Amino acid sequence: MTTVARKHEDVAVTAHLLRRAGFGATRDQIDQFVTKGYGATVEELLNPTAGEPEDQDLMDRYFIASVEARSVAHADPQWSWRLATSKKPLEEKISLFWHSLLAVGGIKLDHGLEMLTEIELFRRLGLGSFRNILSEISRNPGMMYWLDNQNSHKDAPNENYGRELLELFSMGIDDMGEGAYTEEDVKSAARAFTGWASKPTPPPFFLGPFPMEFRFDASDHDNGDKEFLGETGNFDGEDIIDLIAKKRATAHFIVMRLYLFFVSDEPNNEEIERLTDIFEETDGDIKAILRAIFNSEHFKSEGVRFRKVKSPAELVFGTARLTDRFDIPDMDSSTLANQSMFMGQHLLNPPGVEGWHEGEEWVDSGSLIERINFAASELGRVDSPGIRRMVELVELTGDNLQPDEFVEACLDAMGSIDIGAKSKSVLVDHATQNGSGSSDRVVEMFQLIVSTPDYQYC
Amino acid sequence: MAMKTNGHKQKNLVVIQLSGGNDYLNTLVPYQDGLYYDFRPNMGLKGEDLIPVDDKVAFNSHMGTFKNLFDQDKMAVMMGIGYPEPNRSHFRSMDIWHTAEPTTTSAVGWLGKANSLIDPEGKNPITTVNFGRGLPRSLAMQGVSVASVGALETYGLYTGLSGAKNKDAMLDTVSRIYQPMSAEGFPSQRMLETGRGALDGADLLREAPLSYSSDVEYPEDNPIAQSLKGIAQVMSAELGTRIHYASHGSFDTHTAELVNHAILWDQLSTAVSCFVDDLKQLGKSEETVIWMFSEFGRRIADNGAGTDHGSGGAAFVIGDSVKGGLYGEYPKLGLADQLEGDVKFNTDFRQIYATLLEDVLGVESEPVLKQKFNKLDLVRT
Repeated sequence: MTTVARKHEDVAVTAHLLRRAGFGATRDQIDQFVTKGYGATVEELLNPTAGEPEDQDLMDRYFIASVEARSVAHADPQWSWRLATSKKPLEEKISLFWHSLLAVGGIKLDHGLEMLTEIELFRRLGLGSFRNILSEISRNPGMMYWLDNQNSHKDAPNENYGRELLELFSMGIDDMGEGAYTEEDVKSAARAFTGWASKPTPPPFFLGPFPMEFRFDASDHDNGDKEFLGETGNFDGEDIIDLIAKKRATAHFIVMRLYLFFVSDEPNNEEIERLTDIFEETDGDIKAILRAIFNSEHFKSEGVRFRKVKSPAELVFGTARLTDRFDIPDMDSSTLANQSMFMGQHLLNPPGVEGWHEGEEWVDSGSLIERINFAASELGRVDSPGIRRMVELVELTGDNLQPDEFVEACLDAMGSIDIGAKSKSVLVDHATQNGSGSSDRVVEMFQLIVSTPDYQYC
Repeated sequence: MAMKTNGHKQKNLVVIQLSGGNDYLNTLVPYQDGLYYDFRPNMGLKGEDLIPVDDKVAFNSHMGTFKNLFDQDKMAVMMGIGYPEPNRSHFRSMDIWHTAEPTTTSAVGWLGKANSLIDPEGKNPITTVNFGRGLPRSLAMQGVSVASVGALETYGLYTGLSGAKNKDAMLDTVSRIYQPMSAEGFPSQRMLETGRGALDGADLLREAPLSYSSDVEYPEDNPIAQSLKGIAQVMSAELGTRIHYASHGSFDTHTAELVNHAILWDQLSTAVSCFVDDLKQLGKSEETVIWMFSEFGRRIADNGAGTDHGSGGAAFVIGDSVKGGLYGEYPKLGLADQLEGDVKFNTDFRQIYATLLEDVLGVESEPVLKQKFNKLDLVRT
């Protein structure tokens, strides 16, 4: 590989890492990370050195109603701001991951304070031990309420949490709806979690937010023997989680979900097996698994780049970050959450306990129109520093660019992205017919690039 | 509509999906059965909460519109509908209803297949219109484009884009890019088809409200009513749309069931009442059939504050051309007759699908359902 080609590859693979482990980066930021080196960039993403956000006070002052937020709608601006500006993008990305996997939604728990508490839990623990995450989420009052565990009593267990814990949070079911566990295991799990509840339950009337707390009521706990996954004992919730976390089915399920979220919509069995081994060797250390993913030749290969459909959150915040315009947390940043909702991902309000259907299913003809309209209008923000800089980068590439050079320069300025040959040739035709000599034409090309089917992938 | 198949005039289908698992026993209440009250000490409905149909079954009192339709012989009520070996996961059970495949998985929806039979060459990108964001799997099929619409008025590309000075040329370029011929496998064929359908359908749908006029006032704060209004607008524009889809929920009433179940049926009752009136004004009553279903019913016994996931349930076919009445048998509630704490089904939902496919949409049911199911005689020719 020539030096130029080497440099180009370094930029492309770093841009890929930053898109997957975060929400992409501007062209200048990518250069800084390339200088740092790929491995060091992975470590920076996994162990961010940026401290606590300094702008939290500012955020709270601008959005008073989002402090101890009543409803999800009140809480939205807080997460929207972090997603648009955080200097620790992987923390936000892994929070999105857990938010869809251990889904709790405003449709039932319309309690902004508690929902934000949960996202904070994912930020804090999301890169740690899976067993710990499962244990903490089982003590999360929002989750206990969401899956009705406060209604699960010693003499009348409610199966909701026991079932979803196994089916959706850990061991999973196959395509036929069968799991590596039985209906009896579901019932035993439900019994083991009796007495685990939230306090208080959210009031049915709009009295404002009561902070919710976890409460274990020993007098309402079933202390009888339970058979669970082939073992018998007086299991409580922690014992159930211990047993679940040791199963290879759990390792496989979580690794599969991580792979689908961070690598590709098409699972690669060899890689899944390798990562499942790492899960078992590290007792489910999420950071170790992600390190193994990001540093693998498989992840870095061209074959997986631009092969994952962007979730609405990835599209919205990835595109909005290109404008580099978020100095103060005003209404502008908070409406980004609404945009994601219009495209089918209402943050803090997944449609059900199974989270969102991901991959190609994100895009239907309605949401594609939303995506294109949003992205084109973001790239049309010609007064924002990010777009100004992108136009400047294209102009610095040289005068009198040929149409194909012009399209390449635009793609590079947008964060070293790439599109397929067919879309590219249509855009080159467009540049040929409409010219490329003014900043209007540059912005127009940016807008066309984000309108392509190719831009729907990251 | 003039075309006839099987001796039935072709009609249009309106699907209302009750998401989350509608509680069958508190929808059609077996109010004379002591077992019902034994199993439902907390969630049992009685007295004013009931509208009796006969000496066995009563509607939930929040279903006023449906009682009226029933009395006019315009509503067929399916009792004990389901499929063998029920699955109690929302995800999987809804998939089964969407794909009509209880024993294997499929990414292809039964109405996606119906669409491909109605319009084999994919000439009309809005043969199916879905109201709401996100496409239900029932409508999914490679090669079939379905418009998924939030609001008709603002549906389209670059409609709000300010400052673009060269919009027409841009739209031409985008249109050239979304040609569903992907030799490279990337972008996917599905992505390209989605884009093609979006562009073609958008222009037609945006115009639909312009041709619509009606005295019916659908409540603004009732989402399912707003979806049905959109459907009425699409119908009035005569765009060749045959399948209309809307969803209502969530019926996942593990807790606070009495309050939430009542709200959901009140909303639906109001919405369907408006829609039926509107169909009359638009002259569409004869040619429209409404189908309402849910992915499963709920446990026979309540859990104190609500009910857990169960199996078997109720479904409804509504319209001027429907032969109203009670169909199937009310499942018995005794312990010996239960299936793991749930009611046993007696009518396979695919029998209704076969009926809707052949006698409403006018397509062969076997290619869609992979086998022949006995139809029910519930649609007038």
